[in-house]
Amino acid sequence: MGSHGFLEGSIQGFLRALEHALESEELARRNGLLQSLDPRVKLIGTLGLVLAATTSRRLAVIAALFALACLLAACSRVPLRTLMFRTWAGALTFTGVIALPAVFLTPGPLFWRLPLLGFPVTLTGLRTAAYLVSRVETAATLSMLLVLCTPWSHVLKALRVLRVPVVLVVILGMTYRYILLMIAAAREMFESRRSRTVGRLDAGQRRRMAVSAAGVLLSRTMQLSGDVYLAMQARGFRGDVYVLDEFRMDGRNWVWLALLIALGGAAVWAGRS
Amino acid sequence: MTTRIFEVQDVRYCYERVVALDGTSLTVPSGVRVALLGANGSGKSTLLRLLDGLYFAESGVLRFAGEPLTEARFEDESFSFDFRRRVGILFQNPDVQLFNPSVFDEVAFGPLQLRWPPEEIRKRVGAILDALHIAHLKDRPPHRLSGGEKKRVAIASVLVLDPQVLLLDEPTAALDPQSQGQMIDMISAWKDTGRTVVTATHDLHSVEDIADYCFVFEAGRVLAEGTPSDILQDVGLLRRTGLLHSHRHTHPSGEIHSHPHQHHDH
Repeated sequence: MGSHGFLEGSIQGFLRALEHALESEELARRNGLLQSLDPRVKLIGTLGLVLAATTSRRLAVIAALFALACLLAACSRVPLRTLMFRTWAGALTFTGVIALPAVFLTPGPLFWRLPLLGFPVTLTGLRTAAYLVSRVETAATLSMLLVLCTPWSHVLKALRVLRVPVVLVVILGMTYRYILLMIAAAREMFESRRSRTVGRLDAGQRRRMAVSAAGVLLSRTMQLSGDVYLAMQARGFRGDVYVLDEFRMDGRNWVWLALLIALGGAAVWAGRS
Repeated sequence: MTTRIFEVQDVRYCYERVVALDGTSLTVPSGVRVALLGANGSGKSTLLRLLDGLYFAESGVLRFAGEPLTEARFEDESFSFDFRRRVGILFQNPDVQLFNPSVFDEVAFGPLQLRWPPEEIRKRVGAILDALHIAHLKDRPPHRLSGGEKKRVAIASVLVLDPQVLLLDEPTAALDPQSQGQMIDMISAWKDTGRTVVTATHDLHSVEDIADYCFVFEAGRVLAEGTPSDILQDVGLLRRTGLLHSHRHTHPSGEIHSHPHQHHDH
């Protein structure tokens, strides 16, 4: 990033996100365990397991759910590397920032004292941090598996089947579509600006440029998004989401639904204090 | 007697304070290929959106096969479905028309909204991808295609519904010469097929290939109408409406000069 500044670094980040979004669609079309299940089974099963992970008061139960998520990933041909970089690293960074102070500040029996600084690490603090990090990692892994192994249009359809209000589903769909257009527009704008910039801009100039760029981008995005909506209307869109693959709840899907609900239920029961 | 597919009477439309159409009137007969000619900002694209029921006139009357095109009429689901089935629009920028995760999903979007049976959708999507020679792209994300490929996918997403009426907004814009030629060949092939084609363009080279009749626009009004050869011979009209450009060129004698001209004269 260096001399290009924060905003251009963010655009590069968005571009990587775009690549990831496209990669997700490719993963969702692979032959794997989760890909073969009905989206409703995956959505309900994931919700159950996430609920169990976030409410469990036993680390062993959360660890077991995490192991289950890794097993599901392996059976669904989701590379561990994808999970490591896109989920675990991010979740660890964000929760680590919150969990780290708890290690030192939570009152409880002393476990260890930091050399030189002398900060006390308490057992209660360690346990609190471990719960927070493990719950977030497990819930994020399960959620990421759902997104990676299900085409986005099927996730939307599954949400509609589960009675999520249509307006919310449409907003989610629009966001996904418009963000792709916005990223492309932003990239072109910054490439164009860079091609006409000589030397290094000072911080004030960069700020002014960033503000004006944001305004132009917003205006262009509004116009593009309006046109996308018109294009959807022109092909008969009236607010409901339809996908070609009809969801089929065959015997195998019912068995998996029962299994995932049973696992979630068992984890909730086993995770009681 | 020829049926009128579109009737536009004294239509006015504004974008906030900018007047796009100002008392526009024209009639499009069924089965005829019509070109809307005019410089950028003359109101062609706006009229296409009004004809597709995406915008609604502030004043004046628009009719499709005798039915008024009003917001209230489109609230009727059966009318809306029938209209969307019969009328397709190709946007100038294919990126706004391609919003699905794969080419197959993109082409299937329209039939899905019109709730065709799944087997019928699979069959029709496969057939149209084959016909446009893009079957090999079916699993690709549309965002990663070239400009020509995107335009073909956008065309496929419209043609899959087999509409009787096609509204094309600058169909050859931003295409390489080969893709432009293929697009013009496709529109030429629709002559005498019973399909009504309304093309907004400022490209005079292809007008005789893609249209049987022309309307020339200036500042949101129809300034002239006639057959392509009538319009192309009226140099004064074309110069006034910004459709002719001065072209600097060298003669065999070595003389260099510039004057307004049409390329088909050379």
